[in-house]
Amino acid sequence: METGTSRVKRGMAEMQKGGVIMDVMNAEQARIAEAAGAVAVMALERVPSDIRAAGGVARMADPTIFEEVVKTVSIPVMAKARIGHYVEARVLEALGADYIDESEVLTPADEVFHINKKEFTIPFVCGAKDLGEALRRVGEGASMLRTKGEPGTGNIVEAVRHLRLINSQIRKVQNLSKDELYAEAKNLGVSYDLLLDVHETGKLPVVNFAAGGVATPSDAALMMHLGADGVFVGSGIFKSDNPERFARAIVEATTHYTDYKLIAEVSKNLGTPMKGIEISKLSASERMQDRGW
Amino acid sequence: MKVGVLALQGAVAEHIRSIEQAGATGVSVKRVEQLDELDGLIIPGGESTTIGKLMRKYDFIDAVRSFSEQGKPIFGTCAGLIVLAKRIEGQDGAHLELMDMTVARNAFGRQRESFETDLPVQGIDEPIRAVFIRAPLITQVGPEVDVLSTFNGEIVTARQGHLLAASYHPELTDDVRLHEYFLGMIKESAVVER
Repeated sequence: METGTSRVKRGMAEMQKGGVIMDVMNAEQARIAEAAGAVAVMALERVPSDIRAAGGVARMADPTIFEEVVKTVSIPVMAKARIGHYVEARVLEALGADYIDESEVLTPADEVFHINKKEFTIPFVCGAKDLGEALRRVGEGASMLRTKGEPGTGNIVEAVRHLRLINSQIRKVQNLSKDELYAEAKNLGVSYDLLLDVHETGKLPVVNFAAGGVATPSDAALMMHLGADGVFVGSGIFKSDNPERFARAIVEATTHYTDYKLIAEVSKNLGTPMKGIEISKLSASERMQDRGW
Repeated sequence: MKVGVLALQGAVAEHIRSIEQAGATGVSVKRVEQLDELDGLIIPGGESTTIGKLMRKYDFIDAVRSFSEQGKPIFGTCAGLIVLAKRIEGQDGAHLELMDMTVARNAFGRQRESFETDLPVQGIDEPIRAVFIRAPLITQVGPEVDVLSTFNGEIVTARQGHLLAASYHPELTDDVRLHEYFLGMIKESAVVER
């Protein structure tokens, strides 16, 4: 019997496919998320839009929030650690987190090194803007990926950009000859073996969710159309007028992303979604997606 | 032979790949009407609370029960096993309530306790590689249920006539013998029909 194998860690992400993972800040929100059909919750001290508003250094949440959420729901509970902060990650592992998000939403602790995720028994999810970033994270042991998007903006444009770019880079890699893969591995800054895997399978080696800007049921369905395996919703649910209905509607739109009548039905009278931010209004230091490499 | 994989949430593509590798046609099932054209159905791993909710919402509970009444085989893995069970520990009511057994959810603990192991299964010659992810256990079975395998004395594979349930994920490996076993059940059920 072996724990923490690559199959066990990646398999955990496979089980989340077609589902919605929701950010929650307390037991009550966790209960709403589970009742709406979330496949997992991310226990946080603040959702990304509040982190933006608060400014300062954003760190791992107080463990009592995590424990409160774990006591409340039976679905998996994830938590965020700062990029490169492997002690925060160890603490979350000790607490019993089912997945760790090494996240650009928090202030990075290390500008050079991401966490060596292979050393851990529990799986990690990491953000990526392009294929190079995605495969570097897999190389370090990430068992799941997500687009970075631009967290806490309620604006889907960056997540769309990232997923489209990854898709087109995968298509390009598929069409290269094996000789050309060596140079492409150098260009992308990734290992040849991982790139060869993408060349042969035409897909990423791990599950890839959409994240960073999903605010409506149609946003979630759009990301599924573009090939996401599932959706993370951060601020979009509990910053909307009616979190219960928004949560349910986003779950259903994710499952039935090609059924437009159904998406129309679940989108009726939802109330106001979170107020969004136009990306060009963000200064360079406010762009979370540029954290990490 | 056409086998559907319930595609409301979870590891659908892996089961379809395994079914095709085992020599049948795999179909992703999102609507109840699709059940009519199937010879068997797989309820995959995923989150049982999510799958159960969406099954209720889209009328799959009654539809799958009548599928089962026709004697058509159903195979549930992990969350699918929970969905098949008559009783779930610590909660009132269950989902399909087809198999006469009680299950405990997340019985091994959290994700850090998830594991893989070699598991002997009755009816299959050599052990299979079984991947347990926040897996459930079968804590009690009725007289109609045959226990096909145990792990540390706990029941992890069971069969009740045309219904098959596994705590773990055969679809995460390249070994398709359990899927072949299920295809065998479908062939048996077709013979009985005639």
